[in-house]
Amino acid sequence: MSLLARLTDGVPARSLWGLGLLLVLLLVAPALLGKYGLSVLILVLYFAYVGQAWNIMMGFAGQLSLGHALYAGVGGYIAAGLFFHYGIGPWAGVFVAVLAASVAGSIVGYLGFRFSLAGVYFALLTIAFSEFTRIAFDHWGWVGGSGGLFLKVDATVDIPNLRGGPLLFYYVILALAVGAFVVCRVLLESRLGRYWLAIREDPEAAQAVGVPVLRCKMIAVVISAAMTSLAGVWNAFYYNNLFPETAFAMGRSIEFTLAPIIGGLGTLFGPIVGAVVLTGLGEIFTDLSELFHVSGLKQIFYGLALLVIVMYRPAGVWPWLAERLGFAEKRR
Amino acid sequence: MSGARLELDGIGKSFRGLRAVHNVSFDVPAGAINALIGPNGAGKTTIFNVIAGVYRPDAGSVRLDGRPISGLRPDRVCDAGVGRTFQIVKPFKGLSVLENVTVGALHRRPALADARAYAADILMQLGLHDRRNQAAESLTLPDRKRLEVARALATEPKLLLLDEVMAGLRPTEIDVMVTFLQELNRRTGLTILLIEHVMRAVMALAAHIVVVSYGEKIAEGTPAEIARHQAVLDVYLGEPEPA
Amino acid sequence: MTADFFLSLAQAISKGLLTGMVYGLMALGLSVIFGVMRVVNFAHGEIMVVGMYLAWMGFEYLQVSPMLSLPVIAAMFFVAGYALQRTVISPFIGRPEHQQFLLLLAIAILLVNACLAIAGPDARGVQMDSQFESYELGPFVFDAVRVHAAVTAVVIAGLLWLFFTRTRTGKSIRAAADNNLGALVVGLDVRQLYAFTFGVGAACVGAAGALMITIIPVTPFLAAEYTLLAFVIVIVGGLGSMTGALAGGLLIGVSEAVAGLLLQPSLKSMVSFGILILVLLLRPQGLFGKSGT
Repeated sequence: MSLLARLTDGVPARSLWGLGLLLVLLLVAPALLGKYGLSVLILVLYFAYVGQAWNIMMGFAGQLSLGHALYAGVGGYIAAGLFFHYGIGPWAGVFVAVLAASVAGSIVGYLGFRFSLAGVYFALLTIAFSEFTRIAFDHWGWVGGSGGLFLKVDATVDIPNLRGGPLLFYYVILALAVGAFVVCRVLLESRLGRYWLAIREDPEAAQAVGVPVLRCKMIAVVISAAMTSLAGVWNAFYYNNLFPETAFAMGRSIEFTLAPIIGGLGTLFGPIVGAVVLTGLGEIFTDLSELFHVSGLKQIFYGLALLVIVMYRPAGVWPWLAERLGFAEKRR
Repeated sequence: MSGARLELDGIGKSFRGLRAVHNVSFDVPAGAINALIGPNGAGKTTIFNVIAGVYRPDAGSVRLDGRPISGLRPDRVCDAGVGRTFQIVKPFKGLSVLENVTVGALHRRPALADARAYAADILMQLGLHDRRNQAAESLTLPDRKRLEVARALATEPKLLLLDEVMAGLRPTEIDVMVTFLQELNRRTGLTILLIEHVMRAVMALAAHIVVVSYGEKIAEGTPAEIARHQAVLDVYLGEPEPA
Repeated sequence: MTADFFLSLAQAISKGLLTGMVYGLMALGLSVIFGVMRVVNFAHGEIMVVGMYLAWMGFEYLQVSPMLSLPVIAAMFFVAGYALQRTVISPFIGRPEHQQFLLLLAIAILLVNACLAIAGPDARGVQMDSQFESYELGPFVFDAVRVHAAVTAVVIAGLLWLFFTRTRTGKSIRAAADNNLGALVVGLDVRQLYAFTFGVGAACVGAAGALMITIIPVTPFLAAEYTLLAFVIVIVGGLGSMTGALAGGLLIGVSEAVAGLLLQPSLKSMVSFGILILVLLLRPQGLFGKSGT
C-alpha cells in the first residue's frame, strides 16, 4: 500500500474532508490572522507538537515521564550552542541535537526499564535526571551557565540559519505538528504501535504473547525524546534565549504533559484539542487578569479550569467531544 | 501448525529460601493433551511460569522439541512456540476483544490487516466474534477466560499452556471448551498442557496426568491410574476442594 | 588548617542534621499520605509554603511567634486536609496515576498562586530575637532557631509515633496502609480514615512550614522546590515508611549542608538528585522501605 493509502485506510471520507479543510485553513491562517492571533496559533501548534511527542511515551506505551524538558532543553541548547559558537546552522545542528536527546532518552529509559521502575517511581527518575541536568547546565560555561545563552535577534529572513519573524516559525512548527500527527498515526497503525498499547495495558501479558517489552519501551522513549528535542531547537531559535532555570524546569515538563492529558491520552487528536483548550484558556485568563492587576490571578483561573476538566472529563476532552461530533476514534 | 514435545528435567525453583518446586521431571509428547493437577499451592503455576520463562529455574532444564528454552525471556519462549494463559486473567483491558487477539497474532504476522483477519478467525472459533468490538474489560469472566485462550492461540504456538481456563465456567460452558480443545488438538496436532481443578474436564481431555504436591511430583499416569493412586488419594482427602 | 576544615565540616553536618529534622517532618506528611492512600501528593511543597505564609502572617500582623502559631496552623491544616480529601481527592482514589497527578497539580497551582496574589513575589521572613542567638557546645556553635525548630520537629514526630502506635485511629491508619482490604473486612470506615490521614499529612507539613519560616524566608517559588525535596526524601527513605522519611530528611539535610561546604551551594540539590537516582536504581524500595517482590 502506498503511504497515503495506508494513512487514510479506514478513515471515513467525512473525517478526511474535515482534516483537509483544517490543513488548508492552517496554511492560509497567517493571511487571515493578525500578529496576536498568529502568536497564539504558534503556541497552540507548539503544544500540540510536544504533546504528540510526549503522548507516544505515556499515551501509547504507558510510561509516565515528567522530565521531558530534559530532551527539549538538551536539543535546544546543543543547536543554539553550535550556532552561537561555530555558526553551524540549526538544519545541521538539529541532527546533533536529536542524537544527543536520543542518547539522553536511552540512558533514562534503559536505567528505568532495566531496573523495572514503573509508574510514580519511573516518573520521579525522569524528574531527577531533568533536574540534575538543569543544575549541571547552570554551571557549564559553554552554554552560558545560569546567565543564559542568547542568540542575536534578527528579523531578516535567513532560512538556512532559521532566522526570521513569526511567519517563518509558524510554518516550521506547522510542518512539525502535521509531521508528528502523521508519524503518530503511522506508528499507532503498526505492529510497534499495537505492542505499545499492549504494554500500556499489561506488560506481563504482552511479553507472554511475544512482545519484546524492553525493546519496545526503549524505542518509545527514543522516538519521543528525539521528537521533543526538535521542539526544543525550534523553541530556542524562536525565543532567541535559553536559561537552564526555564529550559529544564519541572514546570516545562509539566506543560508538555497537559495538552495530551486534557485532550485525551493515547488519542491522535487529544494533544491537538488539548493544546487549543489550554492555550485558549491561557489567553482568556491573561486578558481577564489584566483587568484586575493581581499577580497570579491568571494561574488561579488556569488551576480552576484544570480542576474542573480533570474532575468532570477525566478521560480527556477529545473522546467526549468526538462522540458529540460523530467523529469517535475507533476503539483499539 | 503442529505440536512440539515438552521435556522437563529436574526442575527446581525457590523463592527466598522457600522451596516452591523441587526436582520435577515429566514429558509431554508432541500432539498430546496432558494435565498437571495438585492441591492449591502445590507449585503448578510456578512450573508453568518456569516453562513460560517468567522464572529462571534454579535447577534443571526445559526443552521444547529437544531445544533448551529454560532461562529465555517470556517473549523468546513465545518465539520458540509456547503460548500460555494466566490463571488470573490478564486482558488488555482498554483494548477491544479483537485488538487483544490481534496483538497475539502480530507475533507471527507483522502486517496489521493480516493479523486482524487471523484474530477474527480465532474469535469465530471460540464464539467471541460477536463481542469483537467490545472493550475487553466489559467481558464476563467466562468470556475473559476464552479471550485468554484466543490470545494465546493467536501466537500460533506448538505448545499451549492453559492455567485453569475452566474455573468459573458453567458445566455446559466447560463442555463447549472441552470440545473446542479436543477438536483443535485433533485438527492441528497442537500439544496442550493444562492445569485444572475441574476433574470433569481433566478426565475428558487428558491422556496422561502429572500430580504435584508441595512442589514435588508424587504421581503420574493415565486418568484411570491416577484415580486409583494411593498417594494422590491421600493428598486429596485433606483437600476437599476439587470437584 | 585541617583542624579548621574538620570543625567547619562538623559544623555543616550538625546544621544539616538540624534542618534535616524539619525536612523529615515535611516528608513524613507525604509518606503517610502515600502509604495509606497510594496517592502521590504533588501539592506537598505548595501546602508547606502555605504553612510558611500563614506563620509569617501571624508574626507580621498579630505579633505571634511561629512557634506559638504552629499548633493553630497544624489544626487548621488538619481540618482543611480532611475536607479536601473528602470533597475533591476522594473520587480519585484508585484512578490512574496521571489523573491523580493532574488533580494535585491543579490544587498546587491554585495554592501557590493564591499565595502569590495575596503576599506578592517578594521574600517574606520573620525577624525574631532568637535568630541572633546561638548555643555553644565546646567548639561548636548552633543557631538557636535551628535548634528550636529541630527539637519541635522531633517532639511532633514523637507525638505522631505515639498516635500511630497507641491510639485506635492511628493503628487503623497503619492497618489500612498495610492492607486496605483487610481494614475493610474488620469494619473500618476506610473513607473516613483516608480523610483523617490526609488531614494528618497536611498537619505535619503545615507544622514543618511554621518551623521552616524561622529558618528561611518564604517565596511562592519555593513551593515546587519543596515538593521535589519531599519526594527525594521519601524515596530515599522508602515511600510509605515513617522512619524512612525522618532518616531520609536527616540524610538529605546533611548532604545538602556538606555539598554546600565542599562544592558550591548551588550544587547542593544536584547531590540530592544524584542520591535519588542511585537509590531509585539500586534500592527502589528506599533505604528503610520493606523490600517488595
